[in-house]
This record gives sequence, structure tokens and C-alpha cells, in this order.
Amino acid sequence: MSATLLVVQVLNGLQLGVLLFLIAAGLTLVFGVMDFINLAHGVQYMLGAYLAVMFYAMTGSFLLALGGALVAALAFGLVLEFAVFRHLYDRDHLDQVIATFGIILFLNQGVKLIWGAAPLGLPIPDALSGSVLLMPGLLYPVWRLVIIGSGLAVGVILYVLVAYTRVGMLVRAGATHAPIVSALGVDIRRLFMIVFGFGTMLAAFAGVMIAPILSVEPGMGDTILILAFVVIVIGGIGSIRGAFVAALLIGLVDTLGRSFAVDILRLVMAPSPARTVGPAIASMLIYLLMALVLYFRPTGLFPARGRS
Amino acid sequence: MTDAPIAVPRARPRMPSLTAELLPALIFIAFALVPVLAATGAETYLLSLFTRVMIFAIAAMSLDVLVGYGALISFGHAAFVGLGAYAVGILSSHGINEALIALPVALAAAALFAWLTGAICLRTSGVYFIMITLAFGQMAFFTASSLAPYGGDDGLTVKLRNTLFGFPVFRNERAFYYVVLICLLGAYVLCRMLVVSRFGRVFRGARENPTRIAALGFEVFRYQLVAYVVAGALGGLSGFLLANATEFVSPAYMSWQRSGELIIMVLFGGLGSLHGAIIGAAAFLLTEEWLSGLTEHWKVIFGPLLVLVVLFARGGLLGLAQKLRRLGRG
Repeated sequence: MSATLLVVQVLNGLQLGVLLFLIAAGLTLVFGVMDFINLAHGVQYMLGAYLAVMFYAMTGSFLLALGGALVAALAFGLVLEFAVFRHLYDRDHLDQVIATFGIILFLNQGVKLIWGAAPLGLPIPDALSGSVLLMPGLLYPVWRLVIIGSGLAVGVILYVLVAYTRVGMLVRAGATHAPIVSALGVDIRRLFMIVFGFGTMLAAFAGVMIAPILSVEPGMGDTILILAFVVIVIGGIGSIRGAFVAALLIGLVDTLGRSFAVDILRLVMAPSPARTVGPAIASMLIYLLMALVLYFRPTGLFPARGRS
Repeated sequence: MTDAPIAVPRARPRMPSLTAELLPALIFIAFALVPVLAATGAETYLLSLFTRVMIFAIAAMSLDVLVGYGALISFGHAAFVGLGAYAVGILSSHGINEALIALPVALAAAALFAWLTGAICLRTSGVYFIMITLAFGQMAFFTASSLAPYGGDDGLTVKLRNTLFGFPVFRNERAFYYVVLICLLGAYVLCRMLVVSRFGRVFRGARENPTRIAALGFEVFRYQLVAYVVAGALGGLSGFLLANATEFVSPAYMSWQRSGELIIMVLFGGLGSLHGAIIGAAAFLLTEEWLSGLTEHWKVIFGPLLVLVVLFARGGLLGLAQKLRRLGRG
């Protein structure tokens, strides 16, 4: 394994990590503030990608498609919140899991009905479609760098919002002491709606940004959802900082594991079993990591203060 | 203080009402009669459909022991089913087709996996428990997907159904149906005995208040672990039967969606009654069968249906029946 390959894979890992962070941030806030398990968060990411494809076909401009997808995803998310989720906040986790699972089934099939089962694509904006020479012998696609950059930017914005604004203060307080915040005269339902809408938009944003790289297809949200859950559980539920650290960790571990597991195993075993065992271990790695973290720290790496 | 022994009222499980006794009996009689009715119509189709229902009923029931009686929401239960199925598939690919070997291996594999993962999962609780069981389920799924010698992603075909004492009993659809029915009945009796026993009372107590149970001197963790292992083994039994019924084994048996479906079955029927899980499995699979016959896009109907059940039919079908009965009495 050469240094170039290592750098490329680290960048790919960062890109996956940033993507996971965009999704996990919304998930952990909704989870932390409302104690609500939203399995449908993954399909909102998928919906963002599909909406972008649709708006792109209508307008031909990536920026308009991005804007349109965000607004439409937000509107759809709020409709869902109003029609279904609102009635689930007081229910136990089991009910929430089942109801949002129903929404996954509905939306996965729904997009198939509207846009067909075949994978769709979204072109990269022309200005950003090339590759850039990062170091001798290393060309890296600009768009992946854009994803990393925009993800980090969202991370900074989120940090400022949560740490320095009044709404952010309420969110932090709500994550640990929702009843008290409510008793102090804050309209907690409205706060929930803001947080939920914001989370939906972040997921949709992730979906739009990744659409040019991955194929847009039904079920694309399911895999990423599970990864996002791994992220927020490792990071500690309700903690943005935890989600950020865990997302990058998972992104790197998963990507590097997949690219180097076979090579590393070949150091200790014969090539042919290494080729069989390597991919298995690589795809299990993050779950192994999660099990280890939970074994030693049952509430994650950065548990939100005040939560037990 | 006198030395007279304190009369401890023997805590007997509450006398079950007539319906609670009658309903399970009716369910099993109905299952026993299916082949008779099926003989008048599309026999193969009905037999295989209801065989499937009973197989998933076993898995759902074992999950109900955890979810309904222990508040342990396991989101990785499909892994046990898959393990049982893979035991059959892998043994069969090596030419071992005897159920007397495959069944113990399936049960042991599932129980061992449950014991190893349960020891870690049960250290956590609540949401973290849901997530870590999900993680272990995913691990099993990916392991199965990468078993290149055994089909990997594509799964593997079980060329011949298992034999019993060397006789091809399972290859007769009707005989196999009754084998599955006996397994379901056995699993039901085992689970029933488990939850009403002294063990079950401790386990159920831990659902309500683990701290108090611990204060009474019980080590909650061990009780939960035993229940987890038993439920896992029963999941393995279900997988053993599933592999024989479909003559095919695939990683999809372990997908997290499958685990979700098992939870839905339990919730559909009503939590914490065991026979509710059987009804739930039947309701789920028959609804699925019916809707998928109507339209290719049946999930568009099924999804919202789930949401409606959660929002308006708390307690599942059993709860709904109780509500109706109460309404009827005025």
C-alpha cells in the first residue's frame, strides 16, 4: 500500500464521515431532544436526492435543484411531523420504531412508483466536475472535496447555532431536561418542530450532495440510516460533538478497513483465505467498534450531560 | 417475634380468563385443520403459506418473550433465524441431511450466538439495547453475505430437505406441515412454562423494576441472559424449519428489515401474550400475501397501515378484541 493510496482512502473516509455527520446530526438532535427514534430519517435523505434529480430535470441548474430539494424536503418533513410523528413523541420506543418503519416501507415503494426502480443519476455541476492534483501522482475529484468542505462548514455552523444562539441553548437544555424547559414557558412543541425541520433539511442536503457520486435508488437510505445510528450511539445520543467525532471515526474505519483488510490479513495468513475473510471482517469492523464502545461506555463516548 | 413460620402466600400466576385459555387452543385447532380444508382447494399453495405462517410464528413468539415479558426490544432477532437456516444449508452442502444432526447444530449455533452477544447487549438498556442488538444482527448479516464458499450474497440452495431418522418425512408437504405445527406447539408450551414459572416471575419483575428485583437478591442480568439464549435458540428452530420449507438460505433472512418485521408481528398481535405473536405473524403474513396479490406496490398500502395500527390500535389485535368486547358489554 503506497502513501498515495493511503491519502486517497483517508480522504474517501473523511468524505463518508462528513456525509454520516450530516445525517447523524439531525438524527441525534431529534433523538436527544424529543427522545424519538426516527427510522424514517434515512428515507428523508433518499427523498432529498430524488427531489434534486426531479428539480434538476425541470430547471437544469444544480443550485436551483439543491434549493428546491431542500425546501420540498422540509415541507414534506413538516407534513410528516404534523400528521404522524407529533402523535408518537409520548409513546414508547417500540411504537416509534414500528410507525417510522411503516413510513420507510411507504416511501421506498412510493419513490419506486413515481420515479421507477431503476437507479437515477445527478450530474456534477460543470465548474466542479474535474479533478485536482493534491500531490504528485494524486488526482482527486473536486466534488468529493466539495462534499468534505460543505460538511465541515455545516459542522461549524451547527456548532455556532447550538453553542451561541438562544434556540441552540434551548435545544441543549431540551436534550437533557425537556420537562423543565417546558415548565419555564418555552413552547417545546415548536422547538421540536424547528429541530425536526432542521434535521430533515440536513438529511436532504446530504442526499443532494452525494447524489452525483452514488446512484439515486430506492432503499439507498436504509444502509446509511443504520450507519447513522451506529454513529450516534457511539457518539452518545443527543451530542452533536459526539456525532461529529464518531461520524469521522466510522467513516475512516469503514473505508480504510475495506481497502486494507485483505492486505493486512495477508501478513498473517495465506492469500486465499485472506481474500475470503478480509471483506467479512471489513464490513463487520464498525459494528465491532460499536459493540466495544458500548461494552466499555454503555452511553457512548460523549454522553450529553444530564442524561443517564 | 415468634418462630412460627410466616405464611407466605404462594404467588400463583393469576387464573387466566376463559378466553385466554380458549384462544390458544382454538388457534392450534385451526392450524391442525388447515390441511383438511386445504385438500379441497389449492392444497400446495395453502399448505406452504400456512407452514410459513407457523415458522414465523415461532420466531415472533420467541421475540415476544423478550419484548413483551422482559421489555428487551431486540432489533436483531432475525440473526438467530438466519443462523438456524445457515446451519441447515451449510451441513446440507457437505452432504449431511439428517435433521437429528442439523436441528441440534441449528439450536446450538443460535444459542451460542445469543449467549455471546447477549452478555454484551444486556449491559446496556433502553435505546442502546435496541441499537446494539441491531449492530450484532448486522454483523451476522455481513458475515453471511461474505461467506463466499456458501453462496455469499446470493445465498445457497438446500438441495434436499432434511431427513428424520433417515426417512424423507419433510419432503411430504403435509407431513412437514404437521412437523412444523408440533414445533410451534412445543415452542408455545416451552415459552408459556417459562413465563409463568418462578424464573418467569423474576424476569417479568425485572421488566417493571430491575432495581427492586436486584434488591430482592436476584441477579437480573443472569435471568435476562437465560431468557435471551432461550429466545435465540427458538429463533434458530424457526430458521431450521424455514431453510427446510424454502429449500433456500440467504443473508436476507438476517437483514434488519426482517428483524423489524418480526417486531411488527409481535406488536400486530399484541405484546406479552405469546399467542398474540402467533396471531400477529398470521395477520402480518396473510395481509402481506393478500396485498401483494392486489398490487405490486403493496408496501404503499402496508406502510400507512402500520402507522395506523400504532396510532389507533394500541395492544394489537388482541387489545382491539378486548376493547370491542368491553364496548359490547356497554
